[in-house]
Amino acid sequence: MSDTWERVQLASARIPFRIKTGAVWIALFAFLGFVGSSAGFDLQWIQDNMRYIAGGLRYTMYTALGGIALAVVMALLGALARISRNPVANGIAGFYVSFFRGTPLIVQMFLLYLALPPVGRNLAAKYDWLPEGFADWFLLDVMTAGIIALGLNYGAYMTEIFRAGIQSVAAGQGEAADALGMTYLQKMRKVVLPQALRVIIPPTGNEFIAMMKDTALVSFLGTTVDTMEIFRRAQLVGKHDFKNLEAYVAVALLYWALTVLFTYFQARLERRLGRGYDRSHVVKLAEASLRQRRAAGPA
Amino acid sequence: MTGTSTDVVVRIEGLHKSFGHLEVVKGVDLDVHRGEVVVVFGRSGSGKSTVLRCVNFIEDPTEGSIEVAGIRLGGGHRTRRKREQIRQLRLHVGMVFQQFNLFPNMTVLDNVTCAPRMAGKGSETEIAQRAKDLLDRVGLADKAREHPARLSGGQQQRVAIARALAMEPDVMLFDEPTSALDPELTGEVLSVMKTLSTEMHMTMMVVTHEMGFAREVADRMAFFHEGRILEEGPPSELIASPRYAETRAFLEAVL
Ligand SMILES: Nc1ncnc2c1ncn2[C@@H]1O[C@H](COP(=O)(O)OP(=O)(O)OP(=O)(O)O)[C@@H](O)[C@H]1O
Ligand SMILES: [Mg+2]
Repeated sequence: MSDTWERVQLASARIPFRIKTGAVWIALFAFLGFVGSSAGFDLQWIQDNMRYIAGGLRYTMYTALGGIALAVVMALLGALARISRNPVANGIAGFYVSFFRGTPLIVQMFLLYLALPPVGRNLAAKYDWLPEGFADWFLLDVMTAGIIALGLNYGAYMTEIFRAGIQSVAAGQGEAADALGMTYLQKMRKVVLPQALRVIIPPTGNEFIAMMKDTALVSFLGTTVDTMEIFRRAQLVGKHDFKNLEAYVAVALLYWALTVLFTYFQARLERRLGRGYDRSHVVKLAEASLRQRRAAGPA
Repeated sequence: MTGTSTDVVVRIEGLHKSFGHLEVVKGVDLDVHRGEVVVVFGRSGSGKSTVLRCVNFIEDPTEGSIEVAGIRLGGGHRTRRKREQIRQLRLHVGMVFQQFNLFPNMTVLDNVTCAPRMAGKGSETEIAQRAKDLLDRVGLADKAREHPARLSGGQQQRVAIARALAMEPDVMLFDEPTSALDPELTGEVLSVMKTLSTEMHMTMMVVTHEMGFAREVADRMAFFHEGRILEEGPPSELIASPRYAETRAFLEAVL
């Protein structure tokens, strides 16, 4: 008995580790497939409805791309303000980061979508010198509210990533730029930010992937029919046909595929950025300071 | 060392510098004249780097004033106007750092051309031509398209010298330009620095412990001790017959 076990172990040792982990994955899929089919999983329904659910991918992607674009702008401004000695800029940035890290994303979405319009209405009613249509500025459609909420929320977290990235650029670089008579903007644009980007881009990729998943929250705002993202679509058709299991499995697979795909691209990008010059020490610095700040919580 | 005040390029007057409660520079006065090479030396922590960094306001003087090319400034809060005055002063000062501080995100050529381009020092062709001439002068014309990381320390430092020269400064500051180099690479940097003096008549302040270079190139040497200039004089006198025991002890240690 123990002899056989010994031989099995030795034989197994000759198989590459990756093949073995791959086999475990296949076994897990097979197990899930077995459970699913025993539970009356309707594959045909998924085939019939996947097209409709996946049709929401473009809105999921629009929301995530819009959100990350806004987040990058906010994070850059936030980081520069947090580093600066200007009390107004620093104070505003501190307030921004503290609020958006200190409150739930879903609350921020509702604040923008449902709590903002009455503000506009009441202001317009109270001050008649406000321009025509002032109240309408506060009426955001669901996707816009979602993008703004995601962008502001992620921007607050990413402010720390950007700040760590900027501060990870060796002090001598800024001094050399100063010594050459560069202005602050020239120094930032040509010397500091390009070097900081190498540190900033990989974690920003992670944030983007996380944000793709958080776009599902937008569906709670009650998306209108023409801009429904994948989660909302899955919810609707699943409920309508009493196929909740199939619908949520389908949409989970879509999110999973998206993250696997983008994780792959992100890893490639990271490798490409790594070439050229050694930045390992810089990355370590940035990560350490990020960990510290995450641990410290919103502040 | 003699001459009218018009050919004073750098005038350091009553310079004090404290970091918190620690006073590192305790009253330094020094004039550097056009074409003069002043070598600054002294023990670690005596304030040599700090004085050099005050000259182009990388450090802010606590007390006293700096005058470069007729622009006289003191320390204090950096208002928008003050920042612009400092930047104007810096346009007259080139600096070479111990750690080179080349921009790793640019090619060698871009390192040399970026600052003149931003400052609008001539047309694009003039800037490119000047950069090529300077790289040629430091013996690195063939490395223009490389990235700094691919160069040896000695080559990097020579690019850093070319980068500073591209702004056509009135004075060059060198803060231990060869201390980070392997011994066999110091010679190429020192010989470039020597030609700056002999061929371009560049005004220079050099912090270095290379006494051979000092003896050969310096017009004047200043010995720093505990935040002050303890003594100064031409290298022939100062090296041969220092007046103070501290200077003598230090020279014995480095020679
Ligand atoms: N940014 C700073 N903050 C606090 N103390 C500092 C700072 N920069 C320098 N010092 C201190 O000031 C003193 C003088 O430093 P400085 O670098 O001018 O000396 P140095 O003569 O150049 O020495 P070395 O030969 O080691 O380069 C040292 O004690 C140093 O620790
Ligand atoms: Mg020093």
